[in-house]
Amino acid sequence: MGDESENTTAANPELAAAFADGPAFVPYLAAGDPDYESSLQYVEALERGGADVIELGLPFSEPIAEGPTIQSAVVRALEGGMTPDRFFEFVEDLAVDVPLVCMTYYNLIYQYGDEPGPRPFVERAAEVGLSGFVVPDLPAEEADPLREACDEFGLDLVFIVAPTTRGERLERIMSQVSGYVYVQARLGVTGAQDDVSGQTEQSLDRLADYDVPKAVGFGIKTGEHAERIVAGGADGIIVGSALVDIVADGAKDGESADAVAERLESKARELKQGALRGYDQRVPQAEGK
Amino acid sequence: MTQTYADGKFGEYGGQYVPEALMPAIEELTDAYQRYVLENEDGFMDDFRARLRDFGGRPTPTQYAERLSERYDREVYLKREDLLHGGAHKLNNALGQVLLAKYMGKERIVAETGAGQHGTATAMAAAHLDMPCEIYMGETDINRQRPNVFRMRLNGSEVNPVTTGRGTLKEAISETMRDWATNVEDTHYVIGSVVGPHPFPAMVRDFQAVISEEARRQVREKTGGLPDSVLACAGGGSNTMGAFANFVDDEGVGLYAVEAGGSSLDVDEEAGVAPNSASLSTGEEGVLHGARTKILQDTDGQIMESHSVSAGLDYAGVGPELARLVDDGRVNAVNVDDDGALEAFHRLSQLEGIIPALESAHAFGYLEENYDDLGDVVLVNVSGRGDKDLETVIEETEKRDIDAAPSLAEFSGGF
Repeated sequence: MGDESENTTAANPELAAAFADGPAFVPYLAAGDPDYESSLQYVEALERGGADVIELGLPFSEPIAEGPTIQSAVVRALEGGMTPDRFFEFVEDLAVDVPLVCMTYYNLIYQYGDEPGPRPFVERAAEVGLSGFVVPDLPAEEADPLREACDEFGLDLVFIVAPTTRGERLERIMSQVSGYVYVQARLGVTGAQDDVSGQTEQSLDRLADYDVPKAVGFGIKTGEHAERIVAGGADGIIVGSALVDIVADGAKDGESADAVAERLESKARELKQGALRGYDQRVPQAEGK
Repeated sequence: MTQTYADGKFGEYGGQYVPEALMPAIEELTDAYQRYVLENEDGFMDDFRARLRDFGGRPTPTQYAERLSERYDREVYLKREDLLHGGAHKLNNALGQVLLAKYMGKERIVAETGAGQHGTATAMAAAHLDMPCEIYMGETDINRQRPNVFRMRLNGSEVNPVTTGRGTLKEAISETMRDWATNVEDTHYVIGSVVGPHPFPAMVRDFQAVISEEARRQVREKTGGLPDSVLACAGGGSNTMGAFANFVDDEGVGLYAVEAGGSSLDVDEEAGVAPNSASLSTGEEGVLHGARTKILQDTDGQIMESHSVSAGLDYAGVGPELARLVDDGRVNAVNVDDDGALEAFHRLSQLEGIIPALESAHAFGYLEENYDDLGDVVLVNVSGRGDKDLETVIEETEKRDIDAAPSLAEFSGGF
């Protein structure tokens, strides 16, 4: 296994630094879910709970990679008036210090601004201080224009590696990825699960020789999941649906934003602590930490 | 027709914009398409053709339409895809893909459906080829196409209602992609039109191209030449590409893709609604469901809710090859609104004794309005029959004053 403290591919030093010492906890929330002001509070709560990087979803009307939980978040955020321009304001309004990664679908990136193509979106993202992108419907085959724009503005492009990704495909993706690689823990769509998939370990094994931080996502729900996945060799964990569930419950029950933020913070803490415990279990094998 | 577009691009359109988890399956499918469909490995295409003949009832006739010819004072021919088993052109593609899945060793079929025509065709093909099959269908469509839901169940398929969004074809496609992403290792997604990531647009076109292969020969036999114009309705565009494919190289043949003009071509940006399904006529380039193509979207790039009286045309995107052919000036993108389609539905029913699908009725609506510009010999693709649309027709006819329509009041509320 490579030394995680040396990430040579990251275009954005902030993102690399987030993985430099200890496991990174990478929570996801849809920006603007269920409304702009509450959502700002929720994202800030994640940082207090120990987030090292935050993935912020910019909602797209056809989220083909998402399960029911995040689909509903997207609907709430769109109904709450979220748009690409509002999203950039949202990022500017956020009082957080950790790096932010924008997760969205390619059509929104492609349509933004006056010229067709991803450049205006990436330029604006750089202006507001975003660190990178995850684009679930953009495989390596179609990613060159976005990769070029990211290089121009010093942003990272995170790719997803699926349990089905092997051989040449894996090499191709790993030559284009920067920041971290998003290891999809299981086949399917996003959504919290009650167990941890065996597909994760096999994916981490296939990635062992690549010197890019490996963050595992899809289905992580509890501190125990986080612990097992980090103990199994992951450099970070990505958690979305388990957090979005809290936002959804709050919206449904008419809970105050403060109460929801508090529950998010405590869930974040549980996940981060789990990741840290998992990391402790493998310190004897880790190098240079 | 002979173009294969190995890289999956039609100019700037097409491509493979899908989640990484699906890419290995798409690579596998691309390889299978090349070997079985394009190279006839293991006699796949012979097997396919034989089944289209014996199970499907091909070739379908090209019929001289006497009373329409009289009405428009030119020769009008009808390609009778409504006579294909199942009552629509959809079986050509569904049978091809389910058979391909079988050759690939897949064990399960999933498919989306809008009007239910692709769903019923896939359910028939899956039963015929002994493959378990699940169909995703939007709730709105389930309510307006109940007979088709029943048919799918009769053939042994499961029908899964999709409740997200407006519950139509767009949501059904998204949900089927999610199922495929979950079960990709043993499942084939039988996409219902010339849309989606490469190789689907090219492969579905090749399965549907039998329409124009036969029609071109049949019109020649009857007239000694080629038609001056070919008309086909266009939603996703599979009957359109099927009807056009073998005429694309015949530069003298005008090709008309007739889209659903719905209730209006104007767009309500605020509400995110386009009250039509005319992606070729009014859409902008963008990325939807795996391909770059023309789509109905707002200025931010959010996909609009489309509308058509015909569920099978009610879609915010269109096949990437059609988008390219329209840009190249080879295909004319035109449209007919809900009123025009309903009038044409009644006209064809009364003049020719053919009850067309509301989808196909759009092509006849265009013929009515523009016959003078279409030359001496016009070929219209009757993409399907209208039995599935009877309840919609009763309801929509009552709202309007249509000269040709009989009184349907006694049927109001169903049969």
